[in-house]
Amino acid sequence: MAKTPLQFRHNGRDVALFVDGGTNLLAVLREMLGDVTPKFGCGQGGCGACTVLIDGDAHLSCLTLAETVEGRAVETLDGIKSGPNLHPLQRAFAEGFAAQCGYCTPGMLMAAKALLDRNPQPSREQVVEAISGNICRCTGYEPIINAVLAAASSSRASA
Amino acid sequence: MPVTVKTFQALNEAASALSSDRAARYIGGGTLVMRDLNEGDVSIATVVRATDRALQGIEAAGARVRIGAGVTFARVLAERDLAFLHPAARSIGGPAVRNMGTVGGNLFAPAPFGDFTVALLALDGMVSLQGGFGLRDLPLEEFLQSRDRQAGALVVAMSCIRPASADAFRYRKIARIKPKGGSVITLAAHLPQSGGRVTGARIALGSMAPTAIRAKGAERALEGRPLDAGAINEAAAAAGEGTAPTDNSLASAWYRREVVGVHLRRLLSGQES
Repeated sequence: MAKTPLQFRHNGRDVALFVDGGTNLLAVLREMLGDVTPKFGCGQGGCGACTVLIDGDAHLSCLTLAETVEGRAVETLDGIKSGPNLHPLQRAFAEGFAAQCGYCTPGMLMAAKALLDRNPQPSREQVVEAISGNICRCTGYEPIINAVLAAASSSRASA
Repeated sequence: MPVTVKTFQALNEAASALSSDRAARYIGGGTLVMRDLNEGDVSIATVVRATDRALQGIEAAGARVRIGAGVTFARVLAERDLAFLHPAARSIGGPAVRNMGTVGGNLFAPAPFGDFTVALLALDGMVSLQGGFGLRDLPLEEFLQSRDRQAGALVVAMSCIRPASADAFRYRKIARIKPKGGSVITLAAHLPQSGGRVTGARIALGSMAPTAIRAKGAERALEGRPLDAGAINEAAAAAGEGTAPTDNSLASAWYRREVVGVHLRRLLSGQES
């Protein structure tokens, strides 16, 4: 079966490759580009571990047909730090013990980033809503919610 | 297993590709079809896409609103003129699912999903279909009854009436997990009133049958009467009429039948769930 050419922007870098029909974006990122920060959880859209940003909006990469990102900008956890400096969300997660086993963390961070990029000062309710599609089986969510709010406060303090 | 992906600009070409290949599935936002592909569904050999901008249109100014099948729930939520549909759009998935899932795709979502369709069914929804023979409109209720036989047709848009007032349309999704969770029961009621009496009530239920259905017994109980305790109690008692819920991990069929009247009573009388 013929492969389809695909070009898109991955964490600010243009990439071009050939994909099999029906391949999902998560497989392209992990298996073809070696970016293993988005995780495979359920493959059904139920867990949010594979969350990435496409043109700034949170999407589930496991349910995204690779062909649909042609010409678009895909951002993963691998691209959010700035050189050696962690993103404020990453720092807040580390300092607030918001990661335990860590499997949900990349999806949580990207869902939270989608929120803070649009709304730098969210309410607690808005944070809960923003991560409502992401499942964590370890932390009980409270440290995650607090970390997102702490990241928002630290951004405000440094602004 | 790799599949063939066919992308068309024109809707009629996409519809022809769908109707000429029994192993072809249309993909909108991907939340249903990609899920099947990820599970290795070998019945899908071809995935059909369409890029026509008509799929993205929203005409929200009139008494009847029209929403392109490719419009996502996030876009519905961003449209102020569609405020009456915001509770239904917000009740679906988390933000990522709402950025992907489409109004057209929701028609095909199996129970316990498809909540947006419940709202449209209560609002006299119509489906615009592109077939090999051209465009045609079909009442949503009729479409849902024959959904499994609609494989060759492409849903282009949905339309529904705009409720006369905020109080005339009520929507509620009963879920165990908030703010996101699958539906135990989803209820929507359009209750136009004239001279203090309900005229032309439409009540729709989700997760009470394989597709969204109308609660016609409850509608009859309200017709021509003031929305008082007597009418509401009769409607609640008739809520289970014609339903065929199934067991799933969220609730048993027995539980759904037991509580559908309770939730309808609360919805109609304006009580919290």
